[in-house]
Amino acid sequence: MKKKFAVQVDDLTVAYNYKPVLWDIDLEVPEGVLMAIVGPNGAGKSTLIKSILGIIKPIAGSVTILGKPYEKQRKLVAYVPQKGSVDWDFPTTAIDVVMMGTYGSLGWIKRPGQKEKKASLEALEKVGMLSFKNRQISQLSGGQQQRVFLARALVQNASIYFMDEPFQGVDATTEIAIINILKELRKAGKTLVVVHHDLQTVPEYFDWVTFLNVKKIAAGPVKEIFNDDNLTKTYGINYKVAINK
Amino acid sequence: MTITEYFQLLFTDYTLRTITLGTAVLGAICGMLGSFAVLRKQSLLGDAISHAALPGIALAFLITGAKDTNVLLLGALVSGLIGTFWIRGITKKTHLKSDTALGLILSLFFGFGMLLLTFIQKQPNANQAGLDKYLFGQAATLVEKDVTLMVIVTGISLVILLLFWKEFKILLFDADYTKTLGFNTQFIDILITFFIVLAIVLGLQTVGVVLMSAMLLAPAAAARQWTNSLGVMVFLAAIFGAFSGVVGTAISASENNLSTGPVIVLVATVFVLVSFIFSPGRGLLFREIRFRSNRRDLQLKKTLQFMYSIAKNHQNISHPHAIKILNNFHGFTKKSLKELEEKQWITLEGQQWSLTQHGYEEAQSLYTQKPNHD
Repeated sequence: MKKKFAVQVDDLTVAYNYKPVLWDIDLEVPEGVLMAIVGPNGAGKSTLIKSILGIIKPIAGSVTILGKPYEKQRKLVAYVPQKGSVDWDFPTTAIDVVMMGTYGSLGWIKRPGQKEKKASLEALEKVGMLSFKNRQISQLSGGQQQRVFLARALVQNASIYFMDEPFQGVDATTEIAIINILKELRKAGKTLVVVHHDLQTVPEYFDWVTFLNVKKIAAGPVKEIFNDDNLTKTYGINYKVAINK
Repeated sequence: MTITEYFQLLFTDYTLRTITLGTAVLGAICGMLGSFAVLRKQSLLGDAISHAALPGIALAFLITGAKDTNVLLLGALVSGLIGTFWIRGITKKTHLKSDTALGLILSLFFGFGMLLLTFIQKQPNANQAGLDKYLFGQAATLVEKDVTLMVIVTGISLVILLLFWKEFKILLFDADYTKTLGFNTQFIDILITFFIVLAIVLGLQTVGVVLMSAMLLAPAAAARQWTNSLGVMVFLAAIFGAFSGVVGTAISASENNLSTGPVIVLVATVFVLVSFIFSPGRGLLFREIRFRSNRRDLQLKKTLQFMYSIAKNHQNISHPHAIKILNNFHGFTKKSLKELEEKQWITLEGQQWSLTQHGYEEAQSLYTQKPNHD
């Protein structure tokens, strides 16, 4: 019997201006892992997530989520975009942004009601932002904005989470708070795919890793494949990192 | 006619009432939909669309040979939409940035429109006179039929806005995310753009091709200053727009021969100016006031800190000290000492000051204040 993966990517190729950004990617993410995607700038990490989610149209390849095409499984998938991808001066509040996470299950035209509001408040509480619920989003710090984005994904109550650099520009307290939430999600059986930049923390935070540099270099359990060899292949230099064994 | 006469006439004079109602409704719909253009950072799109509408007006006239407003505006709508989709096409298919695409389409369509206008003027058709009023608009030509059309379109866009409020909002804030939730973002995008084009076309007769974008942007820009809620912003923009319409019409009707369109636009700009300066949250004036009061407050606390550092070495914290010893420390004046006393942080006696219990605690809490955490 064919094993069912949380995310399965086949022959994915993406190009901007005829220049390939992702080349023939095959990737299988088992259910219940907390996976980091690492690679140098321009390696196509964000592009990989975006093309899995259908935000960018690949020139070739297919994506299945839990055995079915992504389009049929959208409700099982949540996305945390890069913080810098939106205008935080938009006239809205923290709770309002989190409520956007419920829009998908509401569908067209229907407005969020008490149930959605309650779920959003709970999500805000989970990320420690309940007291900021009515704060205008431009008045939140970078770390708080990141937490709001995370809460918005939490409220989707998905099985698979895609996150684009959730630790970017946050302080140590927020980083710890976020990683604890991610680990909790994994414990609850969720699958998490996280674009990550800080190689030092990979062994500590993640149990699965994908090395990416236009092509897929390697993917597998951190304990087995997070080594100098793969790092050198991915980054092109002998990248020495402290691996906590 | 003076302004007061104008407002008296408003209730009796049919023409004046029609025109005023028309400009008010126009201002409202433009403010409402303009908010979305501003928040999408597509402020210049309005300018390009209104200019792109000109050849449509000319072509509609050439084809029908008549000057029926609705037909002309239909032509404007079609060519405005074509311009909009060309702009989108250019930014999508080529690697030109949107400002380049906007500029290109704006000048191309406007140039073509002017060419057609001059061509029409050379025609023997007696009907041709007056098409150029669409350049700067002429509110005086508004008749009941036009206003009815405006009211209907405004009503429809209000209903659409309320129905798709959630979809518009999320698309404006985070388009990529909206896509992952399963919404057809292209549909939402086209819907909102269509209504923006519609609002622009409606205003051509009154405000004209050249100034139309200001009608769209000014009320929205002003409204943004007063609120941090999208709903309130759209509502305020509609109110500001309607007010600009009414006041603009009043001014132009009371001063002979002032054209209405430019006056309305100027009134709307005054709204922007006032909002930029006087709005409480984002306005320049209050920001400056806040900045100064913060600075004064900090200076006071600095002085208090210094006093605390002296007083805490004494058993009795309220032990009096000479004001002179503060001389080593810059940043105190007689006024600031007075203020400290008013806050009951210190008491002054002759040339001496002493810290109160209250002031001591205040200074202490400055030290132990938790850092404002991320």
